[in-house]
Amino acid sequence: MWDFIVDRKEQILINALNHAYLVILCVILATFIALALAVLVTRMPKLEPVANAVSAIGLTIPSFALVGLLLPVTGLGDGTALAAVTFYAVLPILRNAVVGLQGVDANLLESARGMGMSNVASLLRVRIPLAWPVILAGIRISLQMSMGIAAIAAYVLGPGLGVSIFTGLAQIGGKNAVSYAAVGTVGIVIVALLLDALLLLAGRLTTSKGIRV
Amino acid sequence: MTTTESTPPTQSADRDDEGRGSDVSGAEIRLDGVTKRYPGQKAAAVDNLSLTIPAGEIVMFVGPSGCGKTTSLKMINRLIEPTSGTILIDDNDVRRQNADELRRHVGYVIQGGSLFPHMTVAKNIALVPKLLGWEQDRIDKRVDELLDLVSLDPGRYRARYPRELSGGQQQRVGVARGLAADPPVILMDEPFGAVDPITRQRLQDELLSIQRELRKTIVCVTHDIDEAIKLGDRILILQEGARIAQYDVPEVILASPANDFVADFVGAGSSLKQLSLARISELELRTPTTATIGEAASEVRSRAESNKDTAVVVLDERNRPRGWPWLRQLKGESIVEPTEDLVSLDHRATLNDALDTMLTNSHGGAVVTGDRDQYLGVVDFVAVTDHMRAMQEKANANAEKGAAEQEDHDPSQRVTAVGEQTDERPEPDREQQA
Repeated sequence: MWDFIVDRKEQILINALNHAYLVILCVILATFIALALAVLVTRMPKLEPVANAVSAIGLTIPSFALVGLLLPVTGLGDGTALAAVTFYAVLPILRNAVVGLQGVDANLLESARGMGMSNVASLLRVRIPLAWPVILAGIRISLQMSMGIAAIAAYVLGPGLGVSIFTGLAQIGGKNAVSYAAVGTVGIVIVALLLDALLLLAGRLTTSKGIRV
Repeated sequence: MTTTESTPPTQSADRDDEGRGSDVSGAEIRLDGVTKRYPGQKAAAVDNLSLTIPAGEIVMFVGPSGCGKTTSLKMINRLIEPTSGTILIDDNDVRRQNADELRRHVGYVIQGGSLFPHMTVAKNIALVPKLLGWEQDRIDKRVDELLDLVSLDPGRYRARYPRELSGGQQQRVGVARGLAADPPVILMDEPFGAVDPITRQRLQDELLSIQRELRKTIVCVTHDIDEAIKLGDRILILQEGARIAQYDVPEVILASPANDFVADFVGAGSSLKQLSLARISELELRTPTTATIGEAASEVRSRAESNKDTAVVVLDERNRPRGWPWLRQLKGESIVEPTEDLVSLDHRATLNDALDTMLTNSHGGAVVTGDRDQYLGVVDFVAVTDHMRAMQEKANANAEKGAAEQEDHDPSQRVTAVGEQTDERPEPDREQQA
């Protein structure tokens, strides 16, 4: 096993970095999409049940199925991986962002308006900063989830540690089958833990001391 | 932005007349036929309200809940848009201005201060100046100035977050934030509703002393008639639909309520309520023997005995009272810092507050302090009861005189304030009109 890792350490490292890169990119993209949607929902309360339904039902779609559905549209490769992972990454962030933005004390929002803050200013300087811890919790969930989904994306020739897992699965019974699968799986867990720690740090730095728990 | 307005020729508050007209920085507010109707509701929330709020005065909106007082307030800075009617601040129609721009020039203070928890005290106060594009230097200076004004040490509190402050301190910062850009008009919505009674009393006193200095036009909503009497130069008592029940100076409202509604609302014991109109500074203070921390106890004791005092007021080196021990409590060779927690009264406190403090004090009196906690003297029951008796006599005389002159009490004011409203109109009638 150890020899297996040492022999392929460069490839494993590249896969791990690609995996992390894909997930980070998707989560960042998803954060912006989810925030935009959440802001829309808070402005149009009628959309809230729709948003909640989408984020609940969306998670029940098997990722394999979605990847398959995307194939005719985006083809084999990174594009499909990006689209699929981003789709799933949006859902938990959207749910938390809607809850967080709506949870901001109405008195504070009125206070902001009463002081002459425009809608945009009030959103950027009051609403989002106050909802940030809740949004951040959504981003963490999203990040963890995207790790697993990104592995599936390797099936359509996406990048990352999923490649290693599928290589293993393809050679079941072969000499290195278990090693491939194990390296892929454990690698994903390690990358996930590292990214989570990074996000936690980023969260501390971006959350005001006044509302940190 | 600072405009000097002449006070309209009304029977403007005779009390507090010192300094009037000198530096009024407030602006006059005029509401004319203002109506707010919510869709799907038969009765208007605010029905044809017309009134003039003179520059530089504190006008209190009071009334039962749901009477439209808060709605009326929020229409002034357009947090609620009126259905019809005009509102003029300093003769400018508020609806002709950009709403955000307007609100930056009207201070707004709400219950509990409503500070933004993710911003420091300084950032909270600096919000409106920032929106107005002030330079950072000027903002920093202004923040310190305002913290000083509301009795918070800038060095200690500037960088704190709201959750690190007590309720009273948060409310102080809220007031400072409302004053930040030096607006001529300040709107307050139940500003002191969320703090304990002792803190509320302090905050009210502070607001009055700030107002004496700044002379803004302050419109303040409260459900507490005592607060209205204490703070208001004028009180507007509203009935359902924001119909004016009475709009007058507190003395007149207490002495001659316009109708049963007002009488009920003001409640029993209006002579007791007069206590809220008088300040300790109007009383003669007693000056018992004082001692300074560090002084020889024997000297103090002999001084007290020659004055026939059984207790002495202990002051610190900066003339601030620290305790009020009995002579027998003076142990040791020299006077030490007393351990008791002395509750002193600001000289601006009302007689109501004074009685409250005195009742809980074993001396049957209270230590009075002036600006920056300087010791002034001691107030006791006799002084208060003497003053009450004098006030009562005066009020009775006024009420008799007032009843005789009721008809043309003050025509100019009746017209602007009460308008065409007839007082005892039956309910159904009003609804049809709505």
